[in-house]
Amino acid sequence: MQIGPASTPGQLDPESRAWIEGLRATGIEQARALERLHDLVLRAAHSEARRRQHLYPEIGGTELDDLCRHAADDAVVAVTRKLDGYRGASRFTTWAYAFAVLEVSVKLRRHAWHAGRIPTAGDDATWDRVAGGTGAAQSHVESAELLRALRRAVAEELTSRQREVFVAVALNDVQIDVVAGQLRSTRSAVYKVLHDARKKLRLRLEREGHLEQGEAR
Amino acid sequence: MSDRDLVTRLLGTWGEDAGCEGTLALLAEYVEGELEGRNVRELLPAAAEHLRNCPACAEDYEGLIALARARSDG
Repeated sequence: MQIGPASTPGQLDPESRAWIEGLRATGIEQARALERLHDLVLRAAHSEARRRQHLYPEIGGTELDDLCRHAADDAVVAVTRKLDGYRGASRFTTWAYAFAVLEVSVKLRRHAWHAGRIPTAGDDATWDRVAGGTGAAQSHVESAELLRALRRAVAEELTSRQREVFVAVALNDVQIDVVAGQLRSTRSAVYKVLHDARKKLRLRLEREGHLEQGEAR
Repeated sequence: MSDRDLVTRLLGTWGEDAGCEGTLALLAEYVEGELEGRNVRELLPAAAEHLRNCPACAEDYEGLIALARARSDG
């Protein structure tokens, strides 16, 4: 495997330096480093899966083992692909763990998603539920006005993709990784869509006087 | 839930947000800094902002800090 040119990280601790040198080596030395990396991220994947197990009690046994193994496989690919991005600002192992955690979380969420249909902007139940979640009686009228304005803004300001993502993730709490899976996209790309949508909505609500500038801080 | 909480939950916050990929790149540094008692919200504000706005990355942060802490304890 060809793993990027050596950009020398700053002050690396000896253990992190050994990881980088092994992964950038060739032949048997690199193969051993990759094997050790797989063991490391597989242990991290199992640990993270155990930590989240109460959220996904229906996934266990060999199914969970397979999921962790796939997560570890993908984490090794991600680590080796992004090795040049490792700046030595943390220990190498912590940096590698982050990829294992990400892969496990994405896979658990997608595996556990059974609801099938993601709510759309046309669902009145969505807006009723959000309105029902607003609390204090004295702010009820203001909340209702704000939500009516938000609903208009969602209909009028957003592109269809922004609307789809905002309604699913922000209004209905569908996991962003599930939405990304359904759209054949990534968490990062879907978050960008959500971020842009939120920005448009905040600006519209500010223009209409429903929000103070910078209120959502 | 107050109006302000509702607005933050639905619309996120105004600060600079590092996004999922940018935060992933900084997450190990963020976690180790936190465990060492540094003020990571000040040192890495765009990552801190993202963790306020993205529940999925915030959950990953919890996982990573648990792993880093277990290693320190072990």
